[in-house]
Amino acid sequence: MTSATDDELAFRLELEGITKIYPSVIANEDVSLKVREGEIHAVLGENGAGKSTLMKMIYGVAKPDAGQMKWQGEVVHVENPAHARSLGIGMVFQHFSLFETLNVVENVALALPGNPDLKELAEQITEVSNRYGLPVDPQRLVHALSVGERQRVEIIRCLLQNPKLLIMDEPTSVLTPQAVRKLFDTLRQLAAEGCSILYISHKLDEIQELCHVATVLRDGKVTGDCIPSQETPKSMASLMIGKELPVPEHNAPVELGEVRLQLNGLSKKSDDPFGSNLQDIELEVRSGEILGIAGVSGNGQQELLYALSGEKPVAEADAVVICGKPSGRDLPDRRRRNGMGFVPEERLGRGAVPRMSLTENALLTAHNAGMLKHGMIQFDKIAQFARKCIEAYNVKCGGEEHAANSLSGGNLQKFIMGREILLAPKLLVVAQPTWGVDVGAAAFIRQALIDLRNEGTAILVISEELEELFEISDRIAVIANGRLSPAKKLADTNIDEIGVWMSGMWEQPAPAEVQAHA
Amino acid sequence: MLRLERRAEASQTMSYASPLIAILLMLIGGLLLFTLLGKNPVEGFKVFFINPISDLYGWSELFLKATPLMLCAIGLAVGFRANVWNIGAEGQLIVGAVAASAVALYFYESEGGAHVLILMVIAGCIGGMLWAAIPAFLKTRFNTNEILVSLMLVYVAQLLVSWLVHGPMMDPDGFNFPQSRLFEDSALLPILIEGTRLNIAFTFAVGALLVGYVFMFRSFAGFQMQVAGYAKDAARYAGFSAKRMIWIGLMSGGAMAGLAGMSEVAGPMGQITDHVSNNYGFAAIIVAFVARLNPVGIFFASLLMALLYLGGEQAQQYLNLPSSISNVFQGMLLMFLLGSDVFINYRIRWKEATA
Repeated sequence: MTSATDDELAFRLELEGITKIYPSVIANEDVSLKVREGEIHAVLGENGAGKSTLMKMIYGVAKPDAGQMKWQGEVVHVENPAHARSLGIGMVFQHFSLFETLNVVENVALALPGNPDLKELAEQITEVSNRYGLPVDPQRLVHALSVGERQRVEIIRCLLQNPKLLIMDEPTSVLTPQAVRKLFDTLRQLAAEGCSILYISHKLDEIQELCHVATVLRDGKVTGDCIPSQETPKSMASLMIGKELPVPEHNAPVELGEVRLQLNGLSKKSDDPFGSNLQDIELEVRSGEILGIAGVSGNGQQELLYALSGEKPVAEADAVVICGKPSGRDLPDRRRRNGMGFVPEERLGRGAVPRMSLTENALLTAHNAGMLKHGMIQFDKIAQFARKCIEAYNVKCGGEEHAANSLSGGNLQKFIMGREILLAPKLLVVAQPTWGVDVGAAAFIRQALIDLRNEGTAILVISEELEELFEISDRIAVIANGRLSPAKKLADTNIDEIGVWMSGMWEQPAPAEVQAHA
Repeated sequence: MLRLERRAEASQTMSYASPLIAILLMLIGGLLLFTLLGKNPVEGFKVFFINPISDLYGWSELFLKATPLMLCAIGLAVGFRANVWNIGAEGQLIVGAVAASAVALYFYESEGGAHVLILMVIAGCIGGMLWAAIPAFLKTRFNTNEILVSLMLVYVAQLLVSWLVHGPMMDPDGFNFPQSRLFEDSALLPILIEGTRLNIAFTFAVGALLVGYVFMFRSFAGFQMQVAGYAKDAARYAGFSAKRMIWIGLMSGGAMAGLAGMSEVAGPMGQITDHVSNNYGFAAIIVAFVARLNPVGIFFASLLMALLYLGGEQAQQYLNLPSSISNVFQGMLLMFLLGSDVFINYRIRWKEATA
C-alpha cells in the first residue's frame, strides 16, 4: 500500500471541534478530523457512534451546533447538499436515492444542475464508467440493476461532478466479496488521481486493506487516530468499542436429529413488482444444526422469509413443512403453535410495536404460553416473562414498562431474540440477526444462537453478512434471483466459492471451487 | 422566525392537553363568532353553555342527548383503535332504528310484554350490524375502502327510512305525515328519573363504556386491535388476523350505533320519522377523537357534544341564530383538535433567520 499522508500534501478538509446535539442525544462532541489530498481516510465506529451525523454535516444535510469546517484552508458553512456539491464534495449514501422506474441516464440527470442533454450525458457516463472500471449500461432501468450496479450509478453520479472529496457511507454492506474488491480498485484509482475519500465503516479488515488513515469515533467523540496498516484488528476494535472483541465459542458439531423444516419446491410470485419470485426452493433443516443462507440483498430473502413465517402464506400446504406438519397455508400464529419461532429483519414495527411497552411486546408472540385466561391478558405473568427476557438476554432498558422505541437497536434485537428463544422453539428462523447491532451485542446474539443449536433446536439464519454466516453456520446455501443453491457443509466450501454463488452461478463448478479442492 | 421542530418522542402530556386546548379555542372562536354576528358574547356564552344545564331537567336532557353519542362513539373507538375507519355510524344508527321500529310496529296492539323491548334491542343491534357488515364484507373480500363504503351507505339508509315512513311504515291515521304510529308503552324504554325524558338507555351507554374499557385494556382481542392500529406489520408478524379485526371493528360500531338508533325511537321520539338521527353518528366520530378513543374520555366528550346540541337549540330560540350553529361549533372543535394534535409530535421553536 502506498501512503498518501506525506506532509507536503495540503489538507483538503479540516473539521475543528464539531458538535451536534439532537433533542435526546449528543451525536458529535468536539470532533476534529483532517483529510489530505488523495487520502483514503476511514471513519471507524460502531452503529450509533456518530459517523453518519458527521458526514451529513460535511455534506450540508445537517448543521453543526458548534465548531468549524475548513475546505481547502478556508472556513466554509455548508448550507445544503447542492452547496456541498458546488464545493466539490460528493456523497454515496448507504441507502441509495435512485428512482427505480427511471433508467440510469435519467437518474443521473436528475442530480445535475440545469437540463443536461441525455445523449451527451450517456456518453459521459460510459466514459467515466470505463475509466474507473464501473461497468454500467446507461440505458438500463434501475430496478433491473443489482445492488452493486446501483451503487456504481451512485458513484458515477458523484464522479461526473469531478469531486475533490468523496464520502462513502458503509459501501460494502450490500456487495459480494468480488464486488468489494472491484470497488476498492476504483477507490484506489480515484485517490491516486488526487481525490480524497472519507470511508465510513465498522469493518476492520476492509479498513486495514484500503485506508491510509483512520479516525475512530465512540459515543460521538474521537477516541483516537491511527494508521490502519500499523494496527491489528484487535487494537482497532478496542479503540472502537472500548474493550477487547469477544470471540464466540467454537462451533463443535452436534448430532443431527429429526427434520424440523422442509421446503418442497416452494415457488411464489413476489408482491413487489421489483421483487424476486421464489422458484422451486428445496431445503431441509434438522434439529441441532444452523443452516445459513447467504445472498446479496433483494434476491428473494424477503419473499422467502414471508413464506416461512406465514406472514404471506403460500397456496400449497406441502411446500412448507414445519416439524412434520404441512404448514404452507397457515398464518404465523398456527406455525408458532407447531414449534416455530421467527425473528424478522425489521425490529421496530414488525418484530415489536414501537409505542408499546416491552411487556406488551412480549405478549405479541408469547400469548400462547399461558399468558391468557378466558381471553383476558394476565399482565403479571407477561411482565414476569418480559423481566426474565430482559435479565437473561442482558437487555439494557429502563424496565419492562418502557416502550420498545426507547431501546437502542441492539438491545431491542436482544429482547426480540430472547423472547423467541424463551418460548423454546423447535425451529427458529432468524433474519439478519446482527444487522445494525454493535459488536458486543452481535457476539452475544451469535453465541445465543449457537447455544440454542447445541440444545437441539433447528435454526435457519438468513444474513447478508458472510463472515457472520461462516462463524455460526453448520451448512451454508446461497439465494440468488429467487433460487436457492444446494447447501454445503462449511468445511467443504469457502468465502470465495459462496461469493461466486451469490451472483447466481452454482451450476457450473466455479474456478474458486476447483482451487478449494485442489 | 417560527419553526416547527419534530419532537424526539411523541409528547404524552400534549396528547391529553390537546383536546382541552381544542375546547378552549372552540369557546374563544364561539365568542368571536357571536361578536361578529352582533350578539353580546357574554350573553351568547350564557345562552349556549350555561342555560341548558341550569336545572335538573336540563341535566337530564344533557344525559339523554349524550346517550346515543356515547353508544356510537364507544363502538367506533373499538374499530378506530385498529385503524378500521367506520364513518357510517349514522347509517347504521338509522337502520338499527328501522329494525327496532319494525318490531315495535309488529307487536302493535298485541298484549305487549317485556319481550317487545328486548326484541327491539336485539333488532336494533342486528340492524346496525347488518349495515356495517356490507363494508366489512366488501373490505375483507375485495379490499374496498371502508371509509367510502360506510359513508355512502349513510345516504342509502337515509333514503331507505324516508321510503319506509312514506310507505310501509307510515301511520295509517297520520294524515300522510311521513312518520310511523306512536309506539305503545310496551315499546318505550322505562324512564329513569320521573318528570324527565332520561331513560334506561343511558345505563346501556354507561354499561357499553365499561365493557369497552375492559375489552380495550384487558382483553387479548383488544390488544390485537391496538397492535394492528399502531403497527400493521407487527400484527401480521404476530399472526393476528386482519380480517377478524375488520369484522370486530365494524360489528362493534354497527351494533352500538344500531342500539343508539333503537334508544332514539323507543325513547324521546316514540316513533320513527325520516329525521331519526340528529347527525349523532357523525358527531360521535368527533367525540371519539376528542376522547382519544378512551372510554372515560368518551363519557365526558359525549356530554360536551350534547351540550353543543342543547346550546344550539337555545341559541335558535333566544339569539335568533340558525340551527346550523351547532354544526359550526362541532366543526370548530374538530378543526382545533386536529390543529393542536400537530403539537403532539412537533413543537414550535423560535429560530433567528439566518442571513
